[in-house]
Amino acid sequence: MSVAIVPLALMMWAVTYPSRALPMLAPGIERLPTWAITYLRLAGPAALAALAAVNCLLTAGSPPSLLVGIEPVAVAGCVLIVARTRLLLPGVVAAVVVVAVARAFGAA
Amino acid sequence: MSAERPASTQPVAAEPAVDPVRASRRQMVGDGMAIAAYALPVGLVFGLTALQAHYSLVDVMANSAIAFAGGAQFAAAGLVKTHASWLAIAAIVALVNARHLLYSAALLPYAGERPRRERALMAHFLTDETFALALGHFRRIDAFDRRGYWIAAMAIFVPWQVGSIAGYLVAGAVDVDRLGLDVAFPAAMAGLSLGLVSGRRDVAAALGAVAVAVTVGLFGGASLGLVAGAALGPLFGLAVPPSAAEESSAPETPEPSAEAGLP
Repeated sequence: MSVAIVPLALMMWAVTYPSRALPMLAPGIERLPTWAITYLRLAGPAALAALAAVNCLLTAGSPPSLLVGIEPVAVAGCVLIVARTRLLLPGVVAAVVVVAVARAFGAA
Repeated sequence: MSAERPASTQPVAAEPAVDPVRASRRQMVGDGMAIAAYALPVGLVFGLTALQAHYSLVDVMANSAIAFAGGAQFAAAGLVKTHASWLAIAAIVALVNARHLLYSAALLPYAGERPRRERALMAHFLTDETFALALGHFRRIDAFDRRGYWIAAMAIFVPWQVGSIAGYLVAGAVDVDRLGLDVAFPAAMAGLSLGLVSGRRDVAAALGAVAVAVTVGLFGGASLGLVAGAALGPLFGLAVPPSAAEESSAPETPEPSAEAGLP
């Protein structure tokens, strides 16, 4: 069984653990300027939104082009459902169903 | 009136005293069960995403146990699928998890007196959910509670591991593309991003990141677009005046992502 991604998991830990541990082990985060703390807080939603965008709005080619299809519509539907319910799972399930139905009818 | 009294001459002393720590732990266990109930199915989605990225079962288990960072795990799996460089993946993971700095700082007043080794171990398990549960518990009892912290940590750790493995094993038996399961990853990312939004600055950061990621991605490739969007997106948020809620929010305020079911 492949373990090719295990080193990546260790690398992910290496860049995640300091965020979790440094303030508890070496206090001082409260001395960061306000804008830096705000930047850190905003980095989460920004990174995840960028991930969603490149995965549903760009094709896999090189160079990529804008993707036109059912996938962006399904992801938008997911966003609407999550905004309404504050739960991730129903939104993801709805997106999957939309794409599956569209593909079953040859629309995607 | 004496007939209404219990036989004991000291009725108040005879009643069992309520231990506030235990009462608070019980409340936390109830909250933790709710977290476990949604962490399990989201873990299933991660297992599916990992399978699409050609992870092995050992890779999935290593990710969920070692990295133990749901949103970042989704991100890494999506990037592995597109053959992004590990450097780009590390940059994205660091950005996604940067908010943990604030969680750790918020727990310090309670955990600061604990031995350094114990704090170092606690830090590995400090996720959105662990933070939300533990901080609520510590505030209720106005003290640190080691057992309480580990109850909070395991409420997300255990279902996340189980869900990840189960999702991987189940997804291996189905046609992912035909069933539309390939859209689960971008949908999960978009939903998680929304889960982190708590004000107009977050909205500006997310929309700015999308605009930059797509624009740069069209010319420089998806990976470059992703890193550019993630790094520059927060600047859009900083350019927007904070809402009243954002101005009054403290770093220790649990983020809505704790509701989304990810570590």
